[in-house]
Amino acid sequence: MSIASTSVIQIMPRTRRGVELMLLIVAIGVSVGAYVNIGITVQDKVPASTGYYAAGIGLLALIAHLALRYRAPYADPVLLPCAVLLNGLGVAMIQRLDPGIRAIAVAAGRTPKSPAAPQQITWTAVGVVLFLAVILVIRDHRRLQALTYTAGLAGLLLLVLPLIPGLGVNINGARIWIRLAGMSFQPGEFAKLCLVVFFAGYLVVKRDVLTLAGHRFLGLDLPRARDLGPIGIAWLVSLGVLVFENDLGSSLLFFGLFLFLLYVATERAGWLIIGGLLFVGGAYFAYSTIGHVHKRITDWLDPFSIDQGQIAVGLMGQGWGGALGRGLGQGRPELTAYSQSDMIISSFAEELGLTGLVAIILIYTLIIERGLRTALGCRDIFGKLVATGLAMSFALQVFVIIGGVTGLIPLTGLATPFMALGGTSLVANWAIIALLLRISDQARRPQTPAAPVSDETIAMAVQKQ
Amino acid sequence: MNSAIRRLAVAAIILMLALMANSTYLQAFRAGELNGRNDNRRVRDSQFSVNRGPILVGSTPVAKSAESNDRFVYQRTYPPNIAKIYAPVTGFYSYLFGRAGIELSQNSELNGSDPSLAFRRVVDVITDRRQQGASVSLTLNAAAQQAAYRGLAGKKGAVVAIEPKTGKVLALVSLPTYDPNELAGHDLTKVGASWKALNADKDRPMSNRAIKELYPPGSTFKLVTAAAALSSGKYNPQTQVRSPAELDLPQTTVKLPNENGRNCGGSDNATLTVALRNSCNTAFGSIGLDLGAEALRDQAEKFGFGERQLPELGAAASQFPADPNAPQTAQSAIGQFDVRATPLQMAMVAAGIANGGDVMKPYIVQNIKTVDLKTVSETKPESLHQAVSPEVAAQLTAMMVDVVKNGTGKPGQISGIDVAGKTGTAQTSPDKPPFAWFTAFAPANDPKIAVAVMIEDANVPRNDIAGGALAAPIAKAVMEAVLNQ
Repeated sequence: MSIASTSVIQIMPRTRRGVELMLLIVAIGVSVGAYVNIGITVQDKVPASTGYYAAGIGLLALIAHLALRYRAPYADPVLLPCAVLLNGLGVAMIQRLDPGIRAIAVAAGRTPKSPAAPQQITWTAVGVVLFLAVILVIRDHRRLQALTYTAGLAGLLLLVLPLIPGLGVNINGARIWIRLAGMSFQPGEFAKLCLVVFFAGYLVVKRDVLTLAGHRFLGLDLPRARDLGPIGIAWLVSLGVLVFENDLGSSLLFFGLFLFLLYVATERAGWLIIGGLLFVGGAYFAYSTIGHVHKRITDWLDPFSIDQGQIAVGLMGQGWGGALGRGLGQGRPELTAYSQSDMIISSFAEELGLTGLVAIILIYTLIIERGLRTALGCRDIFGKLVATGLAMSFALQVFVIIGGVTGLIPLTGLATPFMALGGTSLVANWAIIALLLRISDQARRPQTPAAPVSDETIAMAVQKQ
Repeated sequence: MNSAIRRLAVAAIILMLALMANSTYLQAFRAGELNGRNDNRRVRDSQFSVNRGPILVGSTPVAKSAESNDRFVYQRTYPPNIAKIYAPVTGFYSYLFGRAGIELSQNSELNGSDPSLAFRRVVDVITDRRQQGASVSLTLNAAAQQAAYRGLAGKKGAVVAIEPKTGKVLALVSLPTYDPNELAGHDLTKVGASWKALNADKDRPMSNRAIKELYPPGSTFKLVTAAAALSSGKYNPQTQVRSPAELDLPQTTVKLPNENGRNCGGSDNATLTVALRNSCNTAFGSIGLDLGAEALRDQAEKFGFGERQLPELGAAASQFPADPNAPQTAQSAIGQFDVRATPLQMAMVAAGIANGGDVMKPYIVQNIKTVDLKTVSETKPESLHQAVSPEVAAQLTAMMVDVVKNGTGKPGQISGIDVAGKTGTAQTSPDKPPFAWFTAFAPANDPKIAVAVMIEDANVPRNDIAGGALAAPIAKAVMEAVLNQ
């Protein structure tokens, strides 16, 4: 009896909601600190809006925290504070860049766009609302498995939307936006979520046949074509659409996600090798036939061949930041094109330096590894796959965009999760974090009822035997 | 499945580590290279906003920074009344067109970014003061500089004066000149227009004729030939040299004539002293033939030919032709053919002779001091080459004193003081006016200043151009400016 109760106590994970609250206070403190710091360096005073800003993100974080206490008490305690910190820093940087970008537009004789920070704050609120919706509505992530094909279809539909004439708009060469009721959306951000659910749900059902059936070729068990069919088609269509939309980053992301999930589901490294070869082949094909891909590569190899090119200016900004950075508000990040969106990492690297950039990368690493930890702990295969997919989507996205901005790989336009200016991306990321938290709640929840096992129960059990 | 997820976790960490490694390389190791790029607006803007240290002549700033209330915080200004006089030295400091002169070579000291000022920067950060650059003091003598500028006014040419014992540059003037304020302004449209106009000007006001342009030195080069002759041991000031009205040049039908078409001092043979006094081409042509090109080049190089001087301003290297044949050697011996020299170089020849044959390395930055007057660096005089022995230097000095007393250099005389000098008139092409030269030092017995004057174009009739008449009075004025102090 006593043995039974101690073992229950041992496996029972603590909820750690208190830890989450502490971390949230730190995250909010850092965000508000950044906001105040920028105000002091730029205007020599604490911004009047500091109270609103602090109250705003404090309130949003608190609501999210309470929702977790109420509906997902065992959820991972680190994910939410990481998301709040990145979101808060992003808003502070966007706010910091607004006047500079405005000044540049005025100097060039253009009409300046309306300030971006208020939009981003609004979208943060929308994101947190979606976060709450996911936490409150989806009580068990396994229910999503029933939506496998619906999610697949929805994902494809979302991807195709920007290609519809009259709805899709071409911005900076990529046709990945739709304009509806005067607002722009990037449906691909949600397609990512849908397709992860679809890939996971499909693989749960088909993993055995994918692993076992079929014939051996080059040391690899190739599945039957009809088992691979639907997923293959989905993959091809998504890639095809992305090629038409000129969205390199997303096509890499989708391809990678598909491959990783196939690998996890089948545990066959051969898929990674085949995928890698396909990627190399596809990349070479794109390089030699698609003009803008070629240009991306040549820009990457010699960023300074273009006078004041986006990458070159960004690299110079990062060099200007050096090891310790210029200090928030004391650099010139607005000189870099897209300093609030695609290149926001360069803005951070300039003002917070290598130290700050590494800290940001480490926060992303925490999110990724916490997500994969959730996958490891998750008891159902569907949840494992979804958690892996979501975590790896962060990994790929962060690698592709930061790698592109810092010159490690060719630059492809992808949103820096939670930080970059952009409503759809922000909202979608809040939904992704919510889903990860939901799965982690399941993963960390004690399997047996948490209540101590009473003597009577044991007695009854013994009697039954 | 878990082992596959674990492997993905490791892969994800590797990806993130790759990002960190790449950023470290970029921000810690490549930053210097990126910050040094010319197209780096961030660095340019921030340097442009720094309180740049002044450039001083004595205690007078010839370039200083004043607070401005536009986006650059500070405005570089050159005092209007003297801006043009010092422009060939200060250079300019422009947002659009970079820097030149001292503004270029002493940039890191002036803007305070030099490693030698690192401590100062730390103090500035701790005390929350705006970084201020160090001041650069020049060796220039304001009186000499102004005398040279006045003397050259309206002409095209250059003056360089050197303190023979140290190599300090006392005057460095090039005309026509420009106003660096036009390029340092913050109204970039106006700056662009000024730049265009200055570059379109056919008189090339931004070219530094004192140190960066090469001219045939003409008869002033005879000092080098005479030095080579005396150093060879085959000649002394009284040695008779063949000096007919025309010298037959071997291997050709060309004859080398004297300027006045007559022989040297009434005889076909003249002493070396007389030959120099009358600047006889035939006498020095035949010395050149006798000594050979090698000896002439050796002597020229000992005076500094073939080396870039005055790194603070990036002077051009003067040249003695690479492989002249006999007639070309004779021409070279009188400073024609392909011999090319800067006014600075010819001033160095005079200064070397003045300093007992020891040519001092010319320098123009006296010292660099922080804003609280701590000396960061102080230039020490340094010997460049022993061009001739003290005995030969003394013989040359005597001969040059004779040139000014009794010969072509009479316009360079200063009452009560022995001046040693040499005139020159160099031909280039028949359609261009010849270059008038005069190089001298004074007092001959205790030289305080050596000077070279070169006039490219003075808008006077061609026949009136002679080094003695045109250039010597300017040299005289510059020397007097220093000697009267």
